[in-house]
Amino acid sequence: MSRKARKLARGVAIVGAGMSKFGAFPDKNSRDLFVEAFIEMTKSVDKGIDIKDIEALYVGNFSSDLFEGQGHVGPIMADWVGLVPKPVTRVEGACASGGISIRDGFIGIVSGLYDIVLVSGVEKMTYLPTERVTDTLAAAADNIYEGCPGFTFPGLYAAMATAYMAKYGATLEDFMRVGIKNHKNGALNPKAQFNKSIKDLMNARIEKTKQKGEPLPAWKDEFDFLKDPQANPTVAWPMKLFDCSPITDGAACLLLVAEDLAKNFTDKPIYIIGSGHGSDHALHEREDMTTIQSARVAAKEAYEMAGVTPQDIQIAEVHDCFTIAELVATEDVGFFKPGGAIKATKEGLTAREGAKPINTSGGLKSKGHPVGASGVGQVLEIWHQMRGTAGPRQVPRKDIRLALSHNVGATGGTCVVHIYERR
Amino acid sequence: MTEERKITSTSFYQFLAEKKLMASRCKKCQALYLPPHPICIKCHGSDMEWVELKGNGKVAAFTAVSVGPTCTIAEGYNRNNPYLVGIVKMDEGPKICARIHGIDPKNPEKIKVGTPVKVEFMEHKEDARNYLVFQTA
Repeated sequence: MSRKARKLARGVAIVGAGMSKFGAFPDKNSRDLFVEAFIEMTKSVDKGIDIKDIEALYVGNFSSDLFEGQGHVGPIMADWVGLVPKPVTRVEGACASGGISIRDGFIGIVSGLYDIVLVSGVEKMTYLPTERVTDTLAAAADNIYEGCPGFTFPGLYAAMATAYMAKYGATLEDFMRVGIKNHKNGALNPKAQFNKSIKDLMNARIEKTKQKGEPLPAWKDEFDFLKDPQANPTVAWPMKLFDCSPITDGAACLLLVAEDLAKNFTDKPIYIIGSGHGSDHALHEREDMTTIQSARVAAKEAYEMAGVTPQDIQIAEVHDCFTIAELVATEDVGFFKPGGAIKATKEGLTAREGAKPINTSGGLKSKGHPVGASGVGQVLEIWHQMRGTAGPRQVPRKDIRLALSHNVGATGGTCVVHIYERR
Repeated sequence: MTEERKITSTSFYQFLAEKKLMASRCKKCQALYLPPHPICIKCHGSDMEWVELKGNGKVAAFTAVSVGPTCTIAEGYNRNNPYLVGIVKMDEGPKICARIHGIDPKNPEKIKVGTPVKVEFMEHKEDARNYLVFQTA
């Protein structure tokens, strides 16, 4: 049973984009983060935007309810950026809330109902202590059948990793390589929570030990550092601290407009030419636990809508909530064959200088993962890379014409894929 | 009569307390579900029956959790005392999440996917959470 490919009634363009700094900010709540992202977005519109012209808002948010005791965040965000009484919809799809927000705004414009829409995501996670963040994130899994036996969120991805290791022979080093690469990219991103490479972090640790006059650790390289349980403790084996994205506060937003209006706002719009969205069973109900069906379904829909293939995509931001997730993601969207991401990563294909740069922003691993905002944050990187404004992390290949974002909710219960074009 | 119980998660956990691992089966297409599904997700039939499983399976995926949620911290688990939780593929076909006993969670690198396990029914205290456990065979 397959759904037939649809032609869009009209096109959609991104003409503005903004994000807050990602990190842990004791003095900022979700609305403060949202305002920070919104102001940057308004400044990013080359020919300006009159805020009054925005017709509707979509706000991706996983759980302000549990993270900061604040439900119904939609109208609060709309109010804080001066958009009441415009319609606002809060959308929730765990860590894919932001991706769904883009998808819903896109549908709003394609349908003809709106011409100018703000899509966004926001999450304030750091008020809670780690164990309660663990509880809250685990709420995105199947509470009755995954949560009860004691599966945590990192635990479910760790289980996926053991299945992937058994099937394809992946090693802990193969996971570490993803983290090393993404931190190296994040070191070039001033908005990243950890804008330091793992080598920088290792050297800082050695320096600190030196100053204290303690015996120096015998780390020869990043792999040595990552294999040291003191430096890189296990969270849920085989996922260690440096395999996991951090707990993050952040917000991001995009201004979407109907294609025929795009040039009123900028001479360099980025067009959304494909959109896909799918769902999947809980991990234990999947025939194969090394792939995510929702991602495959979403990618297929987006590729068919856009009329392009995985080989045509020049850069991508994929959902690396854990290092194993990036390997699975790049296979699910068709860049590599099943199990092929191990070799591709090892050979540097996915590095910023490689043939298929993945997560040049630093990914969720290093940039940070404010869950509801992450799917929108990914598109900020694509916006900058495609417009040539990514600064020191601009990919060497300058003429980026096609890009892809892949945003997963939980272990893949939800996935949203978008494809972008610069004409 | 077990057959008369509704196909719900409450019934599933009631059976577990009675030391029965119960799946649901579609009478139309024979698809077997653990955890039990009330509607067949293959043929969409809703005429389902309970089936007791033998309780034998193999570890299909696992993890040793060092950083747990508040409930397992309350059980006494922590960084120095991790617990094993996994996904077990039953001999009858379906897979389910469960706690795994009989393997040292401190040496997860020695654990092999494919390790045979057998269901172990816990004596559940009234205030304890009811969960499924498998023991290495």
